[in-house]
Amino acid sequence: MASGGIIGWFETLGLGDRAEVGGKGGSLGELTRAGIAVPPGFVVKTAAFEEFMRALESVTPVRARVAALRAGALAAIQECSNELRSRVLATELPPGMMTELTAAHATLCERVGARDVAVRSSATTEDASDASFAGLQDTFLWVGDAAATLDRVRACWASLYSVESISYRRDRNIAEDDVAMAVVVQSMVDARAAGVMFTRSPTSGDVSVVTIEGAWGLGSAVVGGEVTPDRWVMGKITGEISVREISDKHIEHRRASGGGIEAVAVPEERRRSPCLSDAELGELRQIARRVERHYGCAQDIEWAIDAHGALRLLQSRPETVWSAKDAQPAARVAADPLSHVMSIFGGRR
Amino acid sequence: MPMPTAQRGFPRPSSLKVVPGTEGAQAAYPYYMQFTDGDDSRFWFYNSMHFPEPMSAFDMVTAEAAYCALGAANTRVHCLPTTLGIDYRILNGRVYIGGNAVTDPAEIARRTEEFKQRAFYYYENWERLYAQWREKMLALIREARQLPKVDLPEFEPLEHVRAGRGIASNHYLLETYQKTLEGYFRMWHHHFEFLLLGYGAYMTFFAFCKKAFPEISDQTVARMVAGMDAEIFRPDEEVRRLARCAVDLGVQGQFTEGRSAAEIMASLEGAGVPGRRWLDELATSRDPWFNINVGDGFYHYHRSWNDDLSMPFAGIPGYIRLIQAGESLERPVEKLQAERRQLISDYRELLRTDEERGAYDQMITLAHRVFPYVEGHKFYCEHWYTNLFFNKIREFGALLAQHGFFAQTEDVFQLTHFELESAIVDLMTSWSTGSPARGPQHWPAKVAERRAAIKEWARHETAPALGPVPDIIDDPAIVMLWGITRESLDAWLAAEDGNVSHEIRGFAASSGVVEGPACVVRSVEEISRLKPGDILVCQVTNPTWAPIFQKIAGAVSDIGGSMSHAAIVAREYGLPAVVGTGSATSRIKDGQRIRVDGGRGVVTILQ
Repeated sequence: MASGGIIGWFETLGLGDRAEVGGKGGSLGELTRAGIAVPPGFVVKTAAFEEFMRALESVTPVRARVAALRAGALAAIQECSNELRSRVLATELPPGMMTELTAAHATLCERVGARDVAVRSSATTEDASDASFAGLQDTFLWVGDAAATLDRVRACWASLYSVESISYRRDRNIAEDDVAMAVVVQSMVDARAAGVMFTRSPTSGDVSVVTIEGAWGLGSAVVGGEVTPDRWVMGKITGEISVREISDKHIEHRRASGGGIEAVAVPEERRRSPCLSDAELGELRQIARRVERHYGCAQDIEWAIDAHGALRLLQSRPETVWSAKDAQPAARVAADPLSHVMSIFGGRR
Repeated sequence: MPMPTAQRGFPRPSSLKVVPGTEGAQAAYPYYMQFTDGDDSRFWFYNSMHFPEPMSAFDMVTAEAAYCALGAANTRVHCLPTTLGIDYRILNGRVYIGGNAVTDPAEIARRTEEFKQRAFYYYENWERLYAQWREKMLALIREARQLPKVDLPEFEPLEHVRAGRGIASNHYLLETYQKTLEGYFRMWHHHFEFLLLGYGAYMTFFAFCKKAFPEISDQTVARMVAGMDAEIFRPDEEVRRLARCAVDLGVQGQFTEGRSAAEIMASLEGAGVPGRRWLDELATSRDPWFNINVGDGFYHYHRSWNDDLSMPFAGIPGYIRLIQAGESLERPVEKLQAERRQLISDYRELLRTDEERGAYDQMITLAHRVFPYVEGHKFYCEHWYTNLFFNKIREFGALLAQHGFFAQTEDVFQLTHFELESAIVDLMTSWSTGSPARGPQHWPAKVAERRAAIKEWARHETAPALGPVPDIIDDPAIVMLWGITRESLDAWLAAEDGNVSHEIRGFAASSGVVEGPACVVRSVEEISRLKPGDILVCQVTNPTWAPIFQKIAGAVSDIGGSMSHAAIVAREYGLPAVVGTGSATSRIKDGQRIRVDGGRGVVTILQ
C-alpha cells in the first residue's frame, strides 16, 4: 500500500473500515459522520503497523514467535513480551511514515488550535466488539508534541505484545496474522468530568433506561476502576432520574505537568458533589438515544465534558452481555387479546 | 429475639388485647366482626389504607358494606379463580382484613371457566356497561337526594289527613332509614361491579411493562394509562376556575389568606353584581363537584367541600397569585394527550419483536378501555354518594338529639347501624305512645364511653399485620388494592425486629428529589398546620387535598400504590411523592428534616 494510505481522518471513516482502522477508530469515524460531537482526529491505519512490522520481521520473526507460545506458559510469554516490546520501541519509523504522521499531527493541531492529543490503541481482532480485549492496549493522554506522538504510536503497537495481550490471544487461540493495530490520534478533551454510559442497564438488561457513570477529571480513573463514580439511572424516554448515587470521589486524573496524567486528590468540597448537572445528564441521554438509533443496537459509550460544558464522545461500542441473553419475549400476541389478564387473575401456582 | 425466617410471623390475633377500659366500646361492634380463636391460623393485616384511624361504631358500615359487595363480585359474580372475598375483623377500632385464597387446582380450574365467561363479557362490552353504570349511579344518587327530610311533627299535617295517606310520619322514619342504609349497601355493589376487572386489566399491562422494562418506574406506566379528564381532577379544576372568575370579575381582593369562607362570602354578597356573580359561579361548581370529601369516604367526619368550604377556599388565594404572575392554570389537556401518545409509541419502539409489540398493543388497548372507570368511580361512590349518606344519617342524629337521645347530632355515629335502627324504633314508639322514649336514658353514657375509647385507641399503635406470613401472596385483590406482597411483609417484619434505618422505602409515585421539614399529619383536621415548603407525611392522602399541594414541597404516605389518587395528583403538580411506605407516620417525627426521592421511592430521615 502506498504510504499515502496510512492516515484516515475520522470524517472519512465508518464501521466498515474496522479492518483498517480498528474498532475504536471505526467507531469514532462512524460517530463523526453521524454528526455526534467527537474530538477531531485521525487514525494511523493498520497499513502503517503492517509496514512497520514487515521491517521488523525482516530482521527476525515476530508473529511466528508469538504463535509458537503455549497458552499459560507465563515465563516464556514474559520473556517474549520483553524482547518484542523493546524491539518495537527501539525501531525507528520508516522516514515516509514519519513525515506523513508529523504532517497529519500538524494539521490536527492547526484545526483545533491546540497541541495536546490523545494517542489510543485501536486493535482489530476477529471479534471486533470484544470490549475486554480493547482494554488491554495502551492509551496515552496529554501527549504534547509531534515527536512524543510518534513515540506513543509505537508504544501502542508495542502494547500488542504486552504479557496480558499475548496471554489473551494465546488463551483464545487467536491467529497472530489476524491481529493488527491501528492507532487513534485525536485532540485532547480537557475533561472536567468523564465516564461511561450504557444504553441498556448493565444490571437488569433493561433497554428503557440509560445508566450514566462519571467522576471528576479524565475518564481513565473511571475506566481503570480507581474511583467509585457517581451513578445515575435515567428513563431513556422520560428522562426521569430513578437512581442518583453520588459517591465519594477521592481522586481524579488530570494532566501531569510533564505530559501524561496523574492522579490527584479531589478537594474536600467537590468530593461528594455530583460531577454532572441534571441538564448535562439530560444532554447525555439525548446523545445516548441518537447513538443507539444510529447503530440500531444497545451501546456502551465513553464520554467527557470540558470546563465549558461541551460534551464529547470518546468511544461507542455495541453492548454484548445482555444482547447475547435476549431470549424469551415478555409476552406474545394472543389470539384472544383478553386472555392476557389471566396472567394476573389465573394465579401463579 | 427474631425467629428463623421459616417460622416468622406477626402476633396472633388472640395475643392482642382490647385496650383496658375500652371493653364496652369493643363489644359494641357486631359479633361477626370480633376475632375468634380460629382466626389465629390466618394472616391478617391492618387496612390502614382505608381505615387509618379507629372506626366509630357507625362508620364500621363502610367496611361492612364494602366487603359485602367486594366479596360478592369476586366470589359469586365474576368468580375470580384464585380468590374469594375479604374477611374483616375489628379490634380497638382498627380494621384488620384477610384474603380468602382458593388453592385447590381443580377448584381454580372450575372457577377459571366461570371467570372467563363473566369477566371477558365485561371486558368486551365495557363501554356499554360502563355507560349503563353511570346511569345507575346517577339514578341512585337521585333517589338518595329525593328521600324525604327526616322529621317528626307534633301532629300529623292536616294535608296528610285530608289526602287519606293513612300512614303516619313515624313509619316514614323507619322507611327512610332503611332506604338510606339499603342505598348505601347498593352503592358498594356498583362500586365493585367493575373495580377488580379494571385494576386487573391495568395490572396486566403494568406487569408486562415491568417484565419488558425491568427498571421502568411505576409512574411511567401510570402515565401511559392515565386519562386526562377524569372526574377526580374536576374539583380542583373548579377551584382554579373560581380563582380565574374572581380575577375576571375584579373581586380577587376579597380572597386573602386567613379570611374564612363565610367572611368572604358575606362580603361578596355585599360587593354588588360582580360579587353575586362570583357566588353564582360558586354555586355551579358546588353541585356536583364539591361533593368531594376531605378523606377517602370512610369516616363520617371527613366532610365534603360543600359542608366545609374552608378546603376549596384555602386554595383560591394561591391560584389567584399564580394567575396574577401570568401563569395559565388551564391543564393543557391536548398537550398532555399528545405526550401520552408519544410516550406509548416510544416505549413500543424499544420492544424487540413484533410479537412483543403486538402483545403490548393488546394490553394497553384494554387498559385504556377500563381506565375511565378506575379513575372515575370514586367521585360517584366514595364522595358524592357517601356524602349524601352520612348527611342523611346526620338528619337522624339531629332528630334524635332533639328528642334527648344525644347531646349533639354527631353522637349518632357512635351507634352501629343496628343500634341506630333500634333507637329510631324507640323514637317511633315513643312518638306514637306518647310515653317518654327510653333512649335518652340509654345512649348518652354509651356515646361517652365510645368517644373516650376512640380517643384512647388512637393513642395506641397497632400491629401492621397479624398471624403467620403466607409463603406467597397470590391474591390479586390484596396485591392490586393494597400493594401487599411477600416482599413488603418482609420489610414490615424487619421493622418489627427493630432493624430500622434512616431510609424508608415505598412506591415511587412522582419523581423529583426534595428536602424539607416533615409535617406529620395524622388526621384531616391537622392539615391546616402545613406551611409552605413542608413535606406532607400522612397515612393516606386524598385527591381533595389537591389545593394544598400547591404549597407543600413533597408528599409521603403510609399506604397507597402508584395509581393512588395522591400519586396522580402529585404527578399533576410535579411534586415529589413516595406512597405506600407502611410506616412513615410512625417513624418520622414532626419537624424532622427529610429527603423525598420520588423517582426511587425512598424517604431519608436527615436528622
